[in-house]
Amino acid sequence: MSIILEARDLTKYYGRDLAVDNLNLTLEKGQIIGLLGPNGSGKTTFIKMINGLLTPTSGMILINGEKPGVNSKKVISYLPERCALPDWMKVKELVKMYGDFFTDFSYDKARTMLSDLHLDENKPYKTLSKGNREKVQLILAMSRQAELYCLDEPIGGVDPAARDYILRTILQNYNEEAAVLISTHLIQDVESTLDRALFLKEGQIVLNDTVDNIREQRGKSVDALFREVFAC
Amino acid sequence: MWEFTDDKPIYLQLTEQMCLRIANGTYKPGEKFPSVRDVATEAGVNPNTVQRAFSELERSGIVCAQRTAGRFITEDSDMIYKLRENLAKEHADNYLKKMASLGYSRNEAADFLSKVKEEL
Repeated sequence: MSIILEARDLTKYYGRDLAVDNLNLTLEKGQIIGLLGPNGSGKTTFIKMINGLLTPTSGMILINGEKPGVNSKKVISYLPERCALPDWMKVKELVKMYGDFFTDFSYDKARTMLSDLHLDENKPYKTLSKGNREKVQLILAMSRQAELYCLDEPIGGVDPAARDYILRTILQNYNEEAAVLISTHLIQDVESTLDRALFLKEGQIVLNDTVDNIREQRGKSVDALFREVFAC
Repeated sequence: MWEFTDDKPIYLQLTEQMCLRIANGTYKPGEKFPSVRDVATEAGVNPNTVQRAFSELERSGIVCAQRTAGRFITEDSDMIYKLRENLAKEHADNYLKKMASLGYSRNEAADFLSKVKEEL
């Protein structure tokens, strides 16, 4: 399988605070990867560097062999942890904006998902509930035919039924030419959908293995292992 | 319905649950087997994990892959009979182990089973 992302000695300081510590990692296409770690472990910082929103203090990150830029933005579909959409727009206007911006955007997919989740396209985004806003953002991100989906906490704010739908959508969209990186605390919910789990602790990767290897070798779920590794 | 426990690899649990469906006739001999994508979406499981479970079933011969047409359940009724018997043996083993932990001998456990059967 071909490599979509490579991080080499990736390090990020905020002033004196070390957020990402000498991280080395490669991600292959055709995998769904969980980026798991407690609050403040560097997940969002890492994702922001992938998307070129933060520049590394040292080391580098490569998408298809290139530093983040115009080319990487064409192939990465990014769901930010906080909303970055103009909230005065109606849902259908947001869909149109995404369609205009991204050549890989599918209106059909977006419409299907909007109707499956009972979202009204004619409503202004800012009148939607918090959960429904998150659903709209996810729909926009998943309607692209990207090579890397970076989903920062995609299921944190939605109800369990919508959570199931979202995970099914990710599975339905699965193809060998794309990788999906999901950061979340809700390990139990995503565990069976993942190929691989990455544990991030204080900016370092402390575990990088497939879900079934973890279960086979340790006789416990990734969720149980997480609770052990990050016990407070 | 697909349900998974925490203590075992997911691909193994998928293999087991598919064997159960073949043994109890939910999936019939010679029938077309569902696709990876269908099972992945229905069970909420990673497609590569489903693929691994399918490969296990193919290796055992219970499911046969045909190059273009997909996968089919074996028509070999002996094989399915044996599969069913093996699964039944596992249940019986478990029963005997649990009864042993209560201090029942194998014979006592067997007698107990027939007693319960008469009561029902």
